[in-house]
Amino acid sequence: MKNQVPLLITFIAGFVMVLQYFIPHWPFSDLQGLFNNWFLIIMVFAMILGIGNLLKLHLGKLQKKASGWWYSIVLITGFAIVFGAGMIWGVESGSPFDWFYFNVNLPMSSTMFALLAFFVASASYRAFRARTPEATLLLISAIIVMLSRVPLGNYVWDKLPLVGDWIMGSPNMAGQRAIMIGIALGVVSTSLRILLGIERTYLSGK
Amino acid sequence: MKLTERLERIDRRVIFLIIFLAVAGPLIMPIGLKIEVSEPVQIFYDAVNDLLPGSRVLVSADYDPASMPEVYPMNEALVHHLFSKDIQIIGLGLWPQGIPLNQAAMERAAQVHGKEYGKDFVNLGYKAGGIVVISALAENILQTFPADYAGRPIAELEIMKGVRNLDNIDLIVSLSAGDPGVREWIMIAQGRYRKRVSGGVTAVSAPAFYPYLNAGQLKGLIGGMKGAAEYEKLVERSGTASRGMDAQSIAHGVIIFFIVIANVFYLIGRRSRK
Amino acid sequence: MAGTIGTWFAALLTLFILSFLYRDNPFYKFAEYLFVGVSAAYWAVYNYYNILRPNLILPLFFHGQLVNIIPLVLGIMMIMRLAPKIGWISRWPLAFIVGTYSGYYLITYLQSNALDQVQATLMSFIEISAWREFFARPGLIAFLDAISVPLIIVGVVTGIIYFFFSREHKGVFGGFARIGIWFLMVAFGASFGYTIMARISLLIGRLFFLLHDWLRII
Repeated sequence: MKNQVPLLITFIAGFVMVLQYFIPHWPFSDLQGLFNNWFLIIMVFAMILGIGNLLKLHLGKLQKKASGWWYSIVLITGFAIVFGAGMIWGVESGSPFDWFYFNVNLPMSSTMFALLAFFVASASYRAFRARTPEATLLLISAIIVMLSRVPLGNYVWDKLPLVGDWIMGSPNMAGQRAIMIGIALGVVSTSLRILLGIERTYLSGK
Repeated sequence: MKLTERLERIDRRVIFLIIFLAVAGPLIMPIGLKIEVSEPVQIFYDAVNDLLPGSRVLVSADYDPASMPEVYPMNEALVHHLFSKDIQIIGLGLWPQGIPLNQAAMERAAQVHGKEYGKDFVNLGYKAGGIVVISALAENILQTFPADYAGRPIAELEIMKGVRNLDNIDLIVSLSAGDPGVREWIMIAQGRYRKRVSGGVTAVSAPAFYPYLNAGQLKGLIGGMKGAAEYEKLVERSGTASRGMDAQSIAHGVIIFFIVIANVFYLIGRRSRK
Repeated sequence: MAGTIGTWFAALLTLFILSFLYRDNPFYKFAEYLFVGVSAAYWAVYNYYNILRPNLILPLFFHGQLVNIIPLVLGIMMIMRLAPKIGWISRWPLAFIVGTYSGYYLITYLQSNALDQVQATLMSFIEISAWREFFARPGLIAFLDAISVPLIIVGVVTGIIYFFFSREHKGVFGGFARIGIWFLMVAFGASFGYTIMARISLLIGRLFFLLHDWLRII
């Protein structure tokens, strides 16, 4: 029961999706529509699970007065205020929830990733070394692309933007296409293994 | 310790400060470097410009605040471009955090062009599931999105009259920061239903989309803040992307200098060790 | 007024996070935990208004579409994962999700990312018009355009050969794999360059907010 039923569900759900691609008529079209709608709803519960787990973890920390428990108060309070604002006043433009999004969520999310600019600059200086011919080629390609992608490149050499465009459209494109085809074949084989029940790692755990 | 070795191991906070100055300086004192338009952005612009008034474009905001400096300027320029041509916009998103950003861009542009929510544009909101959502709305938009982003029923909205599925959409534009995003729109909307798809992506993912561009699966690609600046130039709008290009240029120059000088130190050190 | 308070609050949180560049500190930690809590609330509220209410609650409880009991039951099974003793029941909805995704990806990845890409690579090795253009108006860009197509074909084939690890990369096969590595290095270099561009853009965005929206210096 613990493994057989899920494997059967995987098989049925997967093959309905495969078959409706080739037979877009009844009953597969109706089944596809039904499964699509169920999928959207179940995904929400997966997110509820994630959020539930997060709150369970931090409420536990609070209860046990574990190290850094006062930060858990910040987390839970922030969650409660924004959740309450959204559920009471809605999410329309101009609502309190919208205010929290633009003045709390947005600046913090943006700044977290803006920090990466500093670290990437530091890494470029401290770690990026042309130790091998391949690394040297990578470095040269990176420098040409970086210069050609900004207005400054035009002032260094007027043909640099065109060279940069050529690198992106030819050798880069060829390399990316090779990677893409390789990944596609990997995804196809893994998907088939999952549908046929050969790959069962997603069922691991209690 | 030799000077080159000392410079190789400089405190990273010095590098942080140099980068901060390299970016802040040109923002405070703009240089005014000229922006040239590249072919992928020109193709994107032409794909939108070739649409007739009254066409319907689906704008999928598949990004979040973390990628806002790159993608939001594209979003703003795009909705201005669409409204200026009297094209209807059906907004939605595969990422929840892109919804209010798309809504803000559409509302601002609507004020300028005299457009009305429910008649000229709508925001259908977000659904979880990526590729499954696209497949679902390709068959039936109203069943997949019965309400808008604020939970209001959409069936009676004027803009949704006659819109059943992707057959009633003239162009799909995905502004994305990762997966799900442009790739999924290409796989289902273009791959199966042969709809025209154009994309605006962050610079991190842009190189990976050139195969789709080359194969004709993607009708135009705006990559990163530079791409957004090029598109702003084409639609004749001076937005945040254009204003950031001077800073981008100087910062790139500084990082290239860092890479070159660090490798020079490395080669000197390697030679002296031999 | 709410706008001014909002801008100052946003600026304060921005500076709290930027303080991490000096070193880890309580202000950064405060902002980090607040961010996690607020983001979680955002996801919860948006999922309610955008999915749970219009796709489940209203159709099932107000419009009588009883078939939606099935995803409701599967969803509740998913949440059972939080309870250790009956957590195994969450495998059923998980299997449904994995099966659906696998079914979609099996066909769409093969079509769009493999077959369409191979088809796009099937071009004539020598593009006569491009070479004619080069001989009529010789120059670097004309030359690059002329060698573009054969380069793409060689690059794609050798790149794929490199990823074929079932055979040892020796002899002629190894030579082709080596050429493939060169193309991949150019692609990775381009990706690195674009990644730098992306990260700098994010910093430009935040500094623009601080200097323009908050301090009004620019």
